[in-house]
Amino acid sequence: MDFDTAAIRNSIEDLLGEVVFRWARITIVAAIAAVAAWALITRLDLTIIGILVGCIYALGATGLSLVYGNMHFPNVAQGDYMTLGAFIALSVMTMWIPESWTANSVGPFTFSYALFLALPVGIVVVAVLAVIINRLVYQTMLHRAASVGAITLASLGVAIALRGMIQYIWGSDVEHYPRVSKKFLSWNIDFLDVRVLVPPDMLFVAGAAVVLWVAIYLFLKMTKWGKAMRAAADNEDLARVCGIDVDRTNTLTWVLAGGMAGAAGILFITGQGQLLTISGWKLLIPMFAAVVAGGIGNINGAVAGALFIGIVGEVSTAWVQTTYKPAIFFAAIVIMLLIRPNGLFGKSRL
Amino acid sequence: MDGFIIYIGGLLVIAGIYAIINIGLNVHYGHTGLFNIGIAAFFALGAYVSAILAMPPPDPERFQRYVFGGDLARILGPESIGVDLWFPIVLIAAAAACAGVAYVIGGATIKLRDDYLAIATLGMGETVRLIFTNEAWLADGTRGLNGIPRVLEDLVDPRWYDWIYLPITLVVLVIVYIAAQRLAGAPWGRVLLAIRENEDTVESVGKNVFRFKLQAFAFGAGIMGVGGALYGFARHSITPMTFEPFIATFLVWAMLILGGSGNHRGAVLGAFLLWSIISGTQFLQSISFVPAFLADANIRIVLVGIIIVAVLVIKPSGLLPETRTRT
Repeated sequence: MDFDTAAIRNSIEDLLGEVVFRWARITIVAAIAAVAAWALITRLDLTIIGILVGCIYALGATGLSLVYGNMHFPNVAQGDYMTLGAFIALSVMTMWIPESWTANSVGPFTFSYALFLALPVGIVVVAVLAVIINRLVYQTMLHRAASVGAITLASLGVAIALRGMIQYIWGSDVEHYPRVSKKFLSWNIDFLDVRVLVPPDMLFVAGAAVVLWVAIYLFLKMTKWGKAMRAAADNEDLARVCGIDVDRTNTLTWVLAGGMAGAAGILFITGQGQLLTISGWKLLIPMFAAVVAGGIGNINGAVAGALFIGIVGEVSTAWVQTTYKPAIFFAAIVIMLLIRPNGLFGKSRL
Repeated sequence: MDGFIIYIGGLLVIAGIYAIINIGLNVHYGHTGLFNIGIAAFFALGAYVSAILAMPPPDPERFQRYVFGGDLARILGPESIGVDLWFPIVLIAAAAACAGVAYVIGGATIKLRDDYLAIATLGMGETVRLIFTNEAWLADGTRGLNGIPRVLEDLVDPRWYDWIYLPITLVVLVIVYIAAQRLAGAPWGRVLLAIRENEDTVESVGKNVFRFKLQAFAFGAGIMGVGGALYGFARHSITPMTFEPFIATFLVWAMLILGGSGNHRGAVLGAFLLWSIISGTQFLQSISFVPAFLADANIRIVLVGIIIVAVLVIKPSGLLPETRTRT
């Protein structure tokens, strides 16, 4: 079972000659592309849903990618940060504000204006918690030069503790945000003979995700602190020498990652309707898949990866049972890594 | 009093099984540095393979939907040949199945960097559970397998069965412990340790790192398979829910970190200690001066999480740290 690709490639090249080999490779890639294009076009309805789902993944995946880039470990607790945000929003909408507020919905959507109150509360609480946990756990471990594995494991411990806390406070039942039923939006695409059905909330959620993402992007590119964060991610020592306070950029990373996790959790549940204590955990696999597919630590890559994973996940349901979606994500990551070990946009690290 | 003794028997059986799985994880992480967070995959596979082999063919009157039951418990059991020969056979089959699957999956993923491997194995654990949940023909889907045959079943009252099963578990634990310990001291095991410390150095002295890692992955997975098989027989019934990541993956990690990774004594200690804490805390509610919330099942989950984090932050090498041999 030794996949020594270089040796295999050499022997095939010897046999067939380089020209034939090159053409074979082009043919295979073209065949895969043709099958993918055929699948995307014939099930345009699923492709569109996939893009919308991908927008939400993008929000969570960008948070993961920021932590990955600046702290150099996969934050396994990101999914549970999302769950926490979603549950805090639930409490805001069902307990803290009068019921009359949530009785009327906004425009064509199922949610009320209460969402716009719940969203910032959820974002702030999760961001603050993320910063506190960073101070207590990750920062301490980094100062003691703990290995990537140990820190990842600590984030697993955080995820477990957080989930236990959530179950203790809110119980393990399925919860729903207050909502008013609305018709799905639908379009017929005659020449392909498909009907695109989109729940209106999905459009809002995807739009909000795009707005938030653009804000983060501009922050990273335009502001002094954003540049400092990127510098620290690129080369920590060099950043330190230039007078950047790396502990502070790390804190900032967690503010952004936690805030995005909170927002993504609330938006995702708004789009999906059902809130479980494992909702966020289930998102972890597609989000990681997106980060890995796009290239670790690259936020543009994370968005491309998220759209890719969203589309693959939805379009696959045309042929594979929906319940197998995590397996599809898993297969997508592995195939992706085998073809491009550093992701779509990743740079190889030495 | 009887109830308490029975309870202790059950506790030790499960702790012993976790100790076996923990040794498997120690071969992966402690010795080779393979970051496997898909233990549930091998845990479940071992339990299902052995249970399916031992189960009688499906009984339509009990609405069992699986299509194949090996019926080894009858064919190679006391009824036909006088001894429970089937039991070691299904354990070995479980180990072989897990090692085989690990070999195939490892072949595709083991070259990945640490953090990528973690993600890939996480997906693997979920996938195995999904397969057993969705494919009813394989093992009755969400209903799972019930009434799994047990070894030496007729010897005692079923209530006391755990005390029959305990010595069997401990014997398997000792065998696995000695085997893993001997291999760790052998040249093969020392190469693994070297891989953990510095892969490039090992590669540069002409060892095939990929092949060693793959072998270690398969070996550890085989041990986990044995543990999974024992777990299925101890529980008497298994469903996909039995192998949720919390119970089947994270708890094992917490045990290894608590005990101290890199040495099998730590792995065994961690398993017995943490399982006693997890299992014992349910009695806290009967003690008057302890606040009631401490006995809540969810608070126990929080406790496991906090133990992992606290040990990693305060004492990263665990209770029984690995002893470094000087050369």
